[in-house]
Amino acid sequence: MRKFNNASDMNLILCHLCGNACVDGVLRCPRCRSTLHRRKPDSLARTAAFFMAGLIFYIPANLLPMMYTDMFGSGSENTILSGVIEFWESGSWDIALLIFIASVLVPCLKFLVLGTLLVTCRLRSRWAMRERSKLYRLIEVIGYWSMLDVLVVALVAALVQFRTLSSIEPREGILFFGLVVVLTMLAAMSFDPRLIWDAEVEHA
Amino acid sequence: MSKTSWTICEHCDAVYPSIFLEQGQKTYCLRCGSVLEVVGRLNTQQMLALSICALIVFCIANAFPVMSISVQGLSNEATLWQSINALAQGQISVIAAVAGLTIILAPLLQILLLCWVLSFAVAGVAAPGFSVCMRALEYLRPWSMLEVCLLGILVAIIKLGGLLDVHPGMGLWALTMLTLLIIPISGKSIRRLWEEFEGGPS
Repeated sequence: MRKFNNASDMNLILCHLCGNACVDGVLRCPRCRSTLHRRKPDSLARTAAFFMAGLIFYIPANLLPMMYTDMFGSGSENTILSGVIEFWESGSWDIALLIFIASVLVPCLKFLVLGTLLVTCRLRSRWAMRERSKLYRLIEVIGYWSMLDVLVVALVAALVQFRTLSSIEPREGILFFGLVVVLTMLAAMSFDPRLIWDAEVEHA
Repeated sequence: MSKTSWTICEHCDAVYPSIFLEQGQKTYCLRCGSVLEVVGRLNTQQMLALSICALIVFCIANAFPVMSISVQGLSNEATLWQSINALAQGQISVIAAVAGLTIILAPLLQILLLCWVLSFAVAGVAAPGFSVCMRALEYLRPWSMLEVCLLGILVAIIKLGGLLDVHPGMGLWALTMLTLLIIPISGKSIRRLWEEFEGGPS
C-alpha cells in the first residue's frame, strides 16, 4: 500500500475555511484569519452531543402529528408515517416513495452512519477506512433533503386557508422533525473525517 | 509569506504538492477518494453576470406566488414568504425561522455577497470587507436549500392536485431558474479569489 504523508507529520495545518496549507504553530490562517485547528475541536464529543439530541427529538417527531387537515368538514391529523401510508393507499406510490426516502430513510441512514463513525473512531478502528470516509461524504450530501417535509407542510398550510370550507395547519411534529434535521446537520459538520485516518498513523 | 505549494485533503489530511489546474479540471485524493481541488468552468466576469442574473430572478421568485389553488369558486395563492409565515403561527414558530433561513435568507445573502465580492474582483481589487464576506459565504453554503424547496413545491402540487385545482405560478418558474443559476456560483470555486487577493486589505 502506498504511503501517504499526513499534514500533521509535515508540520502543516489545513485551514478549514479557505483551504490554505498553513505552517503549524500560527494561531490564525494568514490568508483568511480564521482560527486554525489540527482537528476540529472536541469533534467526537460535540458530534455525540448533537447526535443524541437529534435522536431524542426524533421520537416526538414521529409520534406527534405534523399536520392537521380539515377538508370539507372532516378533520384529521397526520404523522409522517401516516402521511406516507395515505399516499401509498391512494395510489400515488411515487410520491409516497419520495416522501418515505426524504423523511424516513435519510434521517435513519444519517443516525446509522453517524453512530457507526462515532463508535469506530472512538475505538480507533482501522476497519474499512476508505468506505467509512465515503459514507461520511454521502450523509453530507443527502442530509439536507430531509427538510423536504417541513417545506411541503409550510406551502400546503399557506395555500389551503378557506376558513369554513377547508384548512390545513402545521402541528408540533414538524417542529421536532425540523430540529432533528438541523441537529443532525450540525452533528455531521462537527465530525472531523480525518479522525477516521488518524487510527492508521497511531498503529504505524 | 511564501507561496503555498501544498494541497491538503480536507477529509484525510493527506498532503500533495500543488499542481496547476485548467478550468473545469478536478483532482481527487488517492487515499480517501474525495475531491481535492476543483477549478470552475467560469471566470470572474461570467460568475458576476450569473450572480446579478440570480439577484434579479430571486426578486421575481419572491414577489410572485409560487402556486395558487381554487375550489368551488374560491381561490388562494401563496408566495415563499407566506409559506414561511404559515409556519410561524402557533407554538412552533422556531421552525419558521429555520425554514426562512434555508429558502430565503441564506440564498439572498449568498447572492448579495457574491455580487459584492465579484464586482470588485472584476476590477482587480479586493472588496471592502473581503475576508468577512468570503468567510460568510463558506458558512452559508450548507444552509441554502433552494433545490429542496423546489422539490417541495412539486410534491405540494401533486399532494393538493387530487383534491383541488392547482396552478403553478410565476414564482415557481423563477425559482426553477434560480435553482439552476445558483448551482455554478455557490460552489467552492469562489475560493480561488483567496489566491488572487491573498491576505486581502488589512
